[in-house]
Order: sequence, then C-alpha cells, then structure tokens
Amino acid sequence: MRLEILFFVAPALLVFLFFVVWPIIKAVQFSVYRWKGYGPLVDFVGLKNYASVLQNEVFTDAFMHNITIVVFSILIQLPLGLAIALLLNRKMWGQSALRTIIFVPYVLAEVIAGVVWFQLLQPQYGVIDTILSAIGLHGPEEGWLGTPDVALYTVIAVLTWKYLGLAVILFLAGLQGVPEELYEAASIDGATWWQVQRKITIPLLGPTIRTWAFLSMIGSLQLFDMVWILTGGGPANSTTTMATFLITEGTKRSNYGIASAASVILFVVALVMALLYQYFVLRRDSQDAPRNKRAKR
Amino acid sequence: MKRTPVLRALAVGVGLALLGACSSGGSSNEADPSTSASGGAKDVTITWWHNSNTDPGMSYYAKVAKDFEAANPGVTIKVSAMQHEDMLTKLDAAFQSDDAPDIYMERGGGELADHVEAGLTKDISESAKDVIDKIGGSVAGWQVDGKTYALPFSVGVVGFWYNKALFEQAGITETPTSWDDLYADIDKIKAAGIEPISVGAGDKWPAAHYWYQFALRECSQQVLTDAVKSLEFSDPCFIKAGEDLQKVIAAKPFNKGFLSTPAQTGPTSASGLLATGKVAMEMQGHWEPGVMQGLTEDKKGLGENTGWFSFPSVQGGQGDPAAQLGGGDAWAVSQKAPDQAVEFVKYLLSDEVQKGFAEQDMGLPTNSTASQYVSDPALAGLLKVRDAAPYVQLYFDTAFGSAVGGAMNDEIALMFAGKASPQDIVDATQQAADAEK
Repeated sequence: MRLEILFFVAPALLVFLFFVVWPIIKAVQFSVYRWKGYGPLVDFVGLKNYASVLQNEVFTDAFMHNITIVVFSILIQLPLGLAIALLLNRKMWGQSALRTIIFVPYVLAEVIAGVVWFQLLQPQYGVIDTILSAIGLHGPEEGWLGTPDVALYTVIAVLTWKYLGLAVILFLAGLQGVPEELYEAASIDGATWWQVQRKITIPLLGPTIRTWAFLSMIGSLQLFDMVWILTGGGPANSTTTMATFLITEGTKRSNYGIASAASVILFVVALVMALLYQYFVLRRDSQDAPRNKRAKR
Repeated sequence: MKRTPVLRALAVGVGLALLGACSSGGSSNEADPSTSASGGAKDVTITWWHNSNTDPGMSYYAKVAKDFEAANPGVTIKVSAMQHEDMLTKLDAAFQSDDAPDIYMERGGGELADHVEAGLTKDISESAKDVIDKIGGSVAGWQVDGKTYALPFSVGVVGFWYNKALFEQAGITETPTSWDDLYADIDKIKAAGIEPISVGAGDKWPAAHYWYQFALRECSQQVLTDAVKSLEFSDPCFIKAGEDLQKVIAAKPFNKGFLSTPAQTGPTSASGLLATGKVAMEMQGHWEPGVMQGLTEDKKGLGENTGWFSFPSVQGGQGDPAAQLGGGDAWAVSQKAPDQAVEFVKYLLSDEVQKGFAEQDMGLPTNSTASQYVSDPALAGLLKVRDAAPYVQLYFDTAFGSAVGGAMNDEIALMFAGKASPQDIVDATQQAADAEK
C-alpha cells in the first residue's frame, strides 16, 4: 500500500520539486546577491536587495496597484457575475448563445486579447475613440492607456471583460448544486423570485463565491501579462504591478538580485494573503469534516 | 490555468529532449576549432544573429553568408534574422544559459564591459588587428581596457527625420538649426492641422534621447567624458538639460497618447506615424528609414519625402553644436566561437561587403572606402554630419549600462508625464550609479 502511494505520487512530486520548489529556492538564493544574470554568484549583499525593493516608490506603488486590482475585481465582478449567472440560470431564449459570448473572452489567449484591446484603445485612430467621437464624446486627451490617472482603470475594465466569464461559469456551476426541492418549497410558500434568490440561492452559492474570490485575489496579485501588453507598467509607472516591476528590474536592467528579492516578496505577500483567507473565510466551508469526527468520538 | 501533472511531465520530457539537443550541438562546436587550426577540413557551423529582418538587408546578408561559405569550404553559417527587440531578449536569455550565438551584435559601452567581465566575449585585438587599424576611431566604443572586443559596422547619429511634403504644406522652407527655429516650425505645423512630432515614450528610450541630446548641447565634452567614467552628475549642465526638455514638453509638440506609444512596432508606433504621414517628424537613429520601410504596405516608408536634420542648438550651451549623439552596432564573437567566426566578422567589415552594405542603405559604413556608396540622400547627409562631428557621444543608456541607463530612462519618461523635475533625473541617475559602485 505504501509502495503504491509512493509509485503514484513520485512523478508529480518530482515535477513539483523541480518546477516549483527548486525555482523558489533559487530565487531566494539570487535575492541575496548582486548579480547581472550571467557569471558566478560572488557579490553577497545580504538583505540589501530587499531593503532597496521595499524603499523603492515604484514597488510600493505597484503593491498598491495590485491591491486596487484585487478590490475592484471583486467589487465589480462579484455583483455583475452573480447577476448574469442568475439571469442565465432561468430558462430563456438564446441562453446558450449568451453563455458562450460571456465565456469566450476567458478562453481567448491573454496575449491576443491584450493586443486586440491595445489596438482598440489607441488614441485618435483606435476603434473606441472613433466611436466616441462619432457620437460627440471624446476619451482622455492622451488616450485611455496614455493618461496616468486613467490607465489603471482602463486595465481593470479590460480585466473585467476578460475574467467575468470565469465568475459566471463558476456561479452557474454552483447554481446547479442548489436542490430543486428548496425552490419548490419556496414557491409553495409564495416567495417571490427576488426573495428566492436572496434567501436561498445566494446563501447556498456561498462556497462557490468564496472559492472564486480566492482565485480572483491570487490572480490579481500575480497579474502580469495583460498589463505588460497594454501598458508595460506605464505611463509614469501608473499601472506597474509587482510582477511587471520584477520583470523590468530583471530582464530590462539586469538587476537579477533585486528582481529575485521582489519575487520573493511577491511570493510571501501572496502566501500570507492566501493563508489568511484560508483561515478566516474558507475555513467555514471545510468545517463540517472535523465536526463530524468529534461527534463520532 | 491549472497545470496538470500530465502536462508537467510532458514539459519535463520536452525540456530534457531540448537540453540533450543543445548539449550535443555545443560539444561538436567545441571540437571544431582544434581540428581546423591544424588545417583539417572538418565541417564548422557558425551561428550568426542579426537584426536586418527586412529586405533588402535580409537577402543581402544571406548572400554574404553564402559567398563566405563558397570561399571557405567546410564552413556553414546559420543565419538568424530577428526583429531588434526580439533579438535583444533572446540574446539575454542565450547569455544566461551560456548558449550565445558565435557572432552577435554588440552595442558597446557598459553592456559590453559587463559581457567582457563575465567572460562572454572574445578579445579580437590581435586576430583582427588589420581591420581595427583600418576602421580607426569608431572602434573606441567597443574597447575595454585597451582591448577590442567587437568591430563596428555601422555608426550613426540621432537626429530629426521629417516628412518633406508635410513641412512644405506647413510652409517651412528651411530645416531649423536652433531650438528657437524649431519652436516656430512646430507652431507652423500645428497651424496647418498636423501633429508635429511623434515620440515612442512608451518604450522610454526614444524619450530619453531628448534629454541626452540636450545634455550634449548644454555640457562640454570634458564634463561628459568625465561623467561616463566617474558616474558623477553634479555639473549644473545636467539640470539645464532637464529644463530645456521641460520647455519642449510644455510646448506640446508630441503625438496624441505619446506616453503609451511604442517606438517602432506597428503602424501606430512613433515610426509608423511618421512613415504613414500622420506626423511631421520624429527624432530617431540612423535606422529609421529601414524601420519605416518595414511599416508601410509598399515597403517604401516615406520614400522621396524622407528628410533629416541634426538636433538643433540651444542658446548658451557649453557643448559643441556640431557634436552628435549616436552609437552603432558592432559584430562581436562569443568566447567559445570557432576561429572561422573571427574570419567571417573580418569579412563583414571588408571593402566589398561594406560597399554592398552602403549600396543597400542598410546603415552607415565604418569602412571609409564604402562611405561614397551610400546612395540615399538623407543617409548621405547624415553621414556627412557624423564625419564632421568633433565627437560622437554614445547613447547614455548604452554607455552607462542597463542598470544606470534604465533608471535614467525611467525618470526621463516620468518627466514626459509631468512627474519628474530636472533635479529628479539627476538624482535618480546618481542613485543608480552609486548602487553600481
């Protein structure tokens, strides 16, 4: 039995060690050296790289951008996704077509979606500005992606478009798990559609919503590709995320020590937030199991 | 989003297979020089990366490689023509994995110094001595501690590329020589309903070039050479450069959305806007005509409407108004490359190859026998300016290396967004330079 477990777990474990644990160890190692990216590691600097990352205004701003994206993603996508999921859960004409339309952006490759939006958002020659000017409106003077005060919100709008589909599909799946009898009972008691959603559907959708929010949070913290394509972190560092910061420091400036320190900080931030979320929010969903055990005893 | 164990296992498998392929390739390469040195006819493969990824440059280099192969039986040259930014990314990755191509492009300055320090680049001072002597002063940017590590094949200067037709339309008859003239011209162009200047500030370096140019006009040659060596930027002329640049930005001559405009990718990039007649001018390097050709459907760029003038003078500047900001590309040979690679690089700098290089308007030849064959009038004018310059200052970001140069470019880009003062640029550069010391 032991051998069997070992046999089935070993390949996955090896791959995990090689592709997850080993890079983390290497990143920690690089982060205490000053290193240009080639040649031997010789210039040991201790925690200096960490200090310089944490004192760097660009990085602290990037951290705040990540937090902004986490908050906005949940605040916008949760009600919107829920509304669409509830709507699509009713039998209606064109249901499957609508589901597909909402889910397509999520399936589209991030890079392709990014390039398409980059072109759509071009100032003056882009489709969005053209449409706006046709109806007498105009976007920001320097373009949606070129105006520092607007760029982050433009990125958030594109992210919402891209990831709303995931929320909707998860919520729809969760809705299938709500027992039909509850609806029947409610309708016998004369509950309105609105009451049914508020008192039955949404509470029973809780575990799904909490899991989605967790995925959304971790995704927002590690956000890189969409920002990189749309703005590269600019203009004036107004859309930098922790991930774009570390890529810029590493690949563009060859400060691999600083980049590694930033990546370790990002890892710790994500880990701490994940653990806190697990402890305070997700625990409620997995509470049943231990309680049963106790009861048996 | 989740990677399944199956996918991971597949990735390991592919990774291992690739590793195997790489290492076997490497070992055959290492074995070659010894046999060829003893006169053996063992086959040698030389890898060569360049960035002439559009015609006529791409076919010309393919032909050059074929000619060399024909003259040197047993030598095979594997040519990879790549888009410039792609090439830089791949080069970095190749250096990290110790898998650099035998012949690659080196921009000199701090970058080269880092490569030399890490033992990646071959010292060719002796093996290419005759060519080095022939090229003369241009080689200086590719020397570290008196040794030469690469042969520059094209050295150009940065200036304003402009659309002659649009200048005419705005009623401008003569190109500006001072910034006062240029400001007047910007007003004329705006009055004609045309956007005056495009700048790829999204990529930062095209924006940074403005500050470099002003520093070149404001600072004396001595101050600049000292700054490159000592990495000290306390001279007040650096602040003045920032003030000059602030004045330009305040005049709002740039294309809409310039903060997010890329330098040269796609028709809405800074070069694309100039190539398609959407703006009147752009400050760029000598590669601009080639880039513009690649960005237009007819592959002609601005064609006959291409004009060039050098960066105008500023009043009261300490710098020589004829001094130019520039730089170029050189062929470097990686440490592990076979001896034939050095021979090929020497061939690339020969009268014959540089003549063809000039005739195809691929750049500004460093071999003086080839200068006369540059047929493009705009490039020929640029070449005259280069040769008449008392000195050509290497782009600061290249000269200082990517860490200091990157910090400097970032801060200059912030100034374009109205978020950095002249003092901030100096401070950020100094801070990054101090971290290097």
